[in-house]
Amino acid sequence: MDALANYLHMGGYARFVWPAYGLAALVVGGLLLASLRGLKARERELKALQDSVPGRRGRSRAAADTGQDQ
Amino acid sequence: MHRFANPARFLRLASAILPWSSALSALLIAAGLYFALFHSPADYQQGETVRIMYVHVPSAWLAMACYSTMALSSAVALIWKHPLADLVAKAASPIGAAFTFLCLVSGSLWGRPMWGTWWAWDARLTSMLILFFLYLGHMALINAFDDPSRGAKAAAILALAGFVNIPIIKFSVDWWNTLHQPASVSKFGMPSIDPAMLLPLLLMALGFTCFFVTVLLIRVRTEIIASKLRAIRMTQIHAVPVAVPVAE
Amino acid sequence: MTRKQRRLYFVILGMLALGAATALVLTAVGDGMVYFYTPRDLRTRHISPDRRVRIGGLVKQGSVVRDGKTVHFVITDLTADLKTTYTGVLPDLFREGQGVVAEGKVDGNGVFQASEVLAKHDEKYMPKDVAEALKKSGHWQGETPQK
Repeated sequence: MDALANYLHMGGYARFVWPAYGLAALVVGGLLLASLRGLKARERELKALQDSVPGRRGRSRAAADTGQDQ
Repeated sequence: MHRFANPARFLRLASAILPWSSALSALLIAAGLYFALFHSPADYQQGETVRIMYVHVPSAWLAMACYSTMALSSAVALIWKHPLADLVAKAASPIGAAFTFLCLVSGSLWGRPMWGTWWAWDARLTSMLILFFLYLGHMALINAFDDPSRGAKAAAILALAGFVNIPIIKFSVDWWNTLHQPASVSKFGMPSIDPAMLLPLLLMALGFTCFFVTVLLIRVRTEIIASKLRAIRMTQIHAVPVAVPVAE
Repeated sequence: MTRKQRRLYFVILGMLALGAATALVLTAVGDGMVYFYTPRDLRTRHISPDRRVRIGGLVKQGSVVRDGKTVHFVITDLTADLKTTYTGVLPDLFREGQGVVAEGKVDGNGVFQASEVLAKHDEKYMPKDVAEALKKSGHWQGETPQK
């Protein structure tokens, strides 16, 4: 137990070392989550848009594909 | 170059790289953290605070590498007009801003106990703060126009002009008297850092690099879908009333 | 010349011009980019005595004298020395032989009255036992002097 407390104490610099690592976790994790959520949201939007116009579905797909091949 | 500028091909390449880069970054960062926090010695002068280095220095490296990526793709976008290059630049700037922020705050947390101040207006710290503002400006400018291509062009010019800051950051500690110490790891000669401390530093740096690649690919993929969405909406707005009878 | 080539040359030229302009500005600003002067600069550059300046160097070995909360020490750049007095809390890294940056004014007696003292460390990182082993074996290169 003492060893753990001693370790967490970081030689008296706990209040500088741990916030640095905590912030790193927040920034790295937050960036990853935000990027993944953005991707999922766009994918949902694209699907909804393609489903909302059933008659033109094939065409908008085709338009999107030609858009890719430019 | 043209081969990778094709979005469909890029998406296939991205799906092939993503599982590897994400697994590798998780692995490297986990190993890096183990060595950084449990299996590396305290510094002879700075004690345990040296552990802040293992997040501070890799984030500084990545902040600069990300800007170089952004400037390069901006140049490609301006000169060769590759549609994908604009998307890469747009995807990169929030990542760079995040790394720069992490670098600034972790540096502050390290500076307070060691130097005795949270902040100093020396050349290294100031040029790093300018880098942060360049990223924010890039993010703001890219969305400041109704026409996305005009926003992309303005942002690309900003990214290129701001590139002069990168060598200033790198060499500020050699050109001027700064509170910040010079580089410990340089191409020439032995690094002036003990191998036991170099290992976690390099593991974390590699892990951050893989993480950067992973997030960049995710964001570029997002931007490709977003531009596809815009294209579909444009055809719907302009073409639907006229095109439907013709098509059927 | 195709339009692509023209744009390529335009970007290269623009970057070169911008780089040159930045280099000129930085050389012109010169001193303004410096965070601190050395004790030697203080003598050679005729800095007016009323001006608040930052002086950086090493804390001279054996020069630290504590007098309650007030500390007297000498900042050296190995060519010139500057007597310094400071009252207040010192950073953890403050010690003899280490880098230091002090902000303040030179008083009538030529003593630098510092109102703020920051520690400056070098780029070397090593564990304590390695540092001691190096000192014992005589391979210790000492603290790197400031430029």
